[in-house]
Amino acid sequence: MSRLTRADVEHVATLARLALTDEEIEHFTAQLEVILEHAAQIATLDTHDVPPTAHPLPLVNVLRADEVRPSLPRDEVLAMAPAAEDGRFRVPRILDAP
Amino acid sequence: MSATALQVAAAVREGSRSAREVVDEHLATIEAREDELHACNLVTADAARAAADSIDAAVRRGDDPGPLAGVPIALKDNLCTRGVPTTCSSRILEGWEPPYTATVVERVLAAGAIPVAKTNLDEFAMGSSTENSAFGPTRNPHDPSRVPGGSSGGSAAAVAAGYAPLALGSDTGGSIRQPAALCGVVGVKPTYGIVSRYGLIAFASSLDQIGPFATTVSDAALLLDVVAGHDRMDSTSIDAPHEPLLPVVDRGVEGLRIALVDELVEGDGFQPEVLDAVDRAARALEKAGATVDRVSVPSARYGLSAYYVIAPAEASSNLARYDGVRYGLRVAGEDVAAMNARTRDAGFGPEVKRRIMLGTYALSAGYYDAFYGQAQRVRTLIIRDFARAYEQYDALLSPTSPTVAFELGARAADPLAMYLSDVCTIPTNLAGHAAMSVPYGTGEGGLPVGVQVLAPALGEAVMFRVARVLEESA
Repeated sequence: MSRLTRADVEHVATLARLALTDEEIEHFTAQLEVILEHAAQIATLDTHDVPPTAHPLPLVNVLRADEVRPSLPRDEVLAMAPAAEDGRFRVPRILDAP
Repeated sequence: MSATALQVAAAVREGSRSAREVVDEHLATIEAREDELHACNLVTADAARAAADSIDAAVRRGDDPGPLAGVPIALKDNLCTRGVPTTCSSRILEGWEPPYTATVVERVLAAGAIPVAKTNLDEFAMGSSTENSAFGPTRNPHDPSRVPGGSSGGSAAAVAAGYAPLALGSDTGGSIRQPAALCGVVGVKPTYGIVSRYGLIAFASSLDQIGPFATTVSDAALLLDVVAGHDRMDSTSIDAPHEPLLPVVDRGVEGLRIALVDELVEGDGFQPEVLDAVDRAARALEKAGATVDRVSVPSARYGLSAYYVIAPAEASSNLARYDGVRYGLRVAGEDVAAMNARTRDAGFGPEVKRRIMLGTYALSAGYYDAFYGQAQRVRTLIIRDFARAYEQYDALLSPTSPTVAFELGARAADPLAMYLSDVCTIPTNLAGHAAMSVPYGTGEGGLPVGVQVLAPALGEAVMFRVARVLEESA
């Protein structure tokens, strides 16, 4: 496995939406490298023709009748949000200003 | 030893003890030891007293107060309880009150149990010592300089210290069994799908399972019987009736075929007293009429490596929801992306960030097949190897944890050393099987040792019979 670089860690932090500090990036670069080396042991197993298991149960779609049933009370849910307005979650600007 | 759940429920049901008296007694124990142990994020004393009074009123009216009538129970603080703060021991959920209640909590309430506390955990159940809590560590009741294990360390410590005869925890890679072993109590990871996960805050959804802590094997069966069973709110819940375990726990092990798992008793890091306990357990089972052999589950030695790809991958996806929009913490930012990233950096602790980073890396372009894809194929190999072992044996045996409880701080700086605490428990989660830890004597420093009984999917009846014989012989 190639060495994990600081740039790799910065890239992953962006993907994970984590605004890490310089110190955290340095820390994680060293720690993740050790953990990934251990994880890479699985690469030594021959898994040719072995199907992946995503889940321990043979999952099938669970269907139910399309009936209206009570859902969570909207006021209570919005009361727990950091910001709400007009029955909706309020967030900062999403798109760049024109 | 204070009364068991079965004793408490029987006394309350027949009116020889009031639920209020039982609850007050346990609240007094919490009061006496909580400053030292910090097993709880919240003690719900007033609600517990009110619930006890209504159980007593039901008994006086002649109503059936349920199989857990008046039994205090501690709930891991990742189980949603409507209107009661549920934190996952994380700053990112501090102050959040869920608008709904987990199915398991609804079921214990309906059975007459009385929640007395929300217990401490490693943040988002990620850890093996409860040191990763944003609210400070829990200490082991047997030796407060040691950890209680984790991630359900608060629940294990609560039962060990007599806060409640019962507790619920969650187990993704050993988070019920390892703290049970380190605190000297019984802890069960049921078969994946027999207990509803609705209202359990998700860590790694294909591995997470809720299960009981108790001081006795029969009490653990009693609680599992109450919480198990199909739930339409969890699409991974097995749609079949739960066969009650309590009536079968005393059937003994005559004629059962049991084996020690080579890969889970060999390697560095196993304390001699721990291995000795497993040998004594094996002899006790032989004496009780079982045959005890050795079996190899070759791919089990890769369980830890596969787990530390799969669990963080699922966690990185599950924890994407903590984005400062719908609940919990928000740190301002000039746009949504900056708000998300700052909120997550401020709200998550180091271990949670480490796992999100690991998981995101393992799922990212260029690494997906080498890490996540390969780990999923190794998971298949582990399932196949266990299936072969269970063709020959009814149950398997191993230590629960390679060591007794370690000192606070001993593994905090070395994530990999901490992850190795779960080497014996992880394969069960990957396979979706059942396993439980039973206290079996003491090891280094006079601290409790746990022996793990493993069983195939839906093999709980045999597993509990084996555990019950071990309990008698311990």
